[in-house]
Amino acid sequence: MERIPILDMGEFLLVTIQVDMHDRLAMTLQDDLSEQIVTTGARGVLIDISSLDLVDSFIGRMLGNIAAISGVLDAKTVVVGMRPAVAITLVELGVSFKQVRTALNVEKGMDLLRASLAPEESSNGDAER
Amino acid sequence: MATLRDETLQVRSSEEIVLVRQAVRAWAAELGFSLVDQTKIVTAASELARNTVLYGGGGSVRLEMLNSETRRGLRLTFEDQGPGIPDVELAMKDGYTTGGGLGMGLGGAKRLSNEFEISSRVGEGTRVSIARWK
Repeated sequence: MERIPILDMGEFLLVTIQVDMHDRLAMTLQDDLSEQIVTTGARGVLIDISSLDLVDSFIGRMLGNIAAISGVLDAKTVVVGMRPAVAITLVELGVSFKQVRTALNVEKGMDLLRASLAPEESSNGDAER
Repeated sequence: MATLRDETLQVRSSEEIVLVRQAVRAWAAELGFSLVDQTKIVTAASELARNTVLYGGGGSVRLEMLNSETRRGLRLTFEDQGPGIPDVELAMKDGYTTGGGLGMGLGGAKRLSNEFEISSRVGEGTRVSIARWK
């Protein structure tokens, strides 16, 4: 079965989405990531969407779900690399990305994850970044 | 207004939604749409194609490359013979869904297009047409 690879980088999981995902593939990724967070005990998930030339409401919802699920499983999700045209379209489409943390690229996303994990008592407030 | 080219694709599965996106992307690029405009029409197409599959039980999309003296554009017409939409106005509302989605598909597709038309008859099917001009 077709799958998006999930890389185990120690405390983080890294997913680079490089194909135009059909809906079932997106759902499979959501399930696989949830499994992997639990089996690896990862504290963070980095999803690189820099190759995606489209994020529609379905993919947007999947990313939101992953962020929510990982939160429940005590891991943080950061979505990185969104293309400008995709960002413009997503906002116009009306999909709210409120619960999803984003960073410009993988490096900045890593920094964000490390910073949020650094103090053992990381706040769960989510209000400020 | 002249139709320079038209093509009809099946929209019956999530794989075919991807094929529709790719065809729309190729046509929009050929028309010289900016990257943002390409992304908008492709995203609108993806939303409407998914509606066709999920709510219409599958159907088709007709792609038309349009040309007038002043402008060029792309029209997409999605058609299904599904159950139809009893209350189109309600279905257009953001956040309203009967399928467990985000409920952004129709309203979002409208916002991403320059022209939007919908007609639906209960028991007969639904037809949604959008156009985007260069």
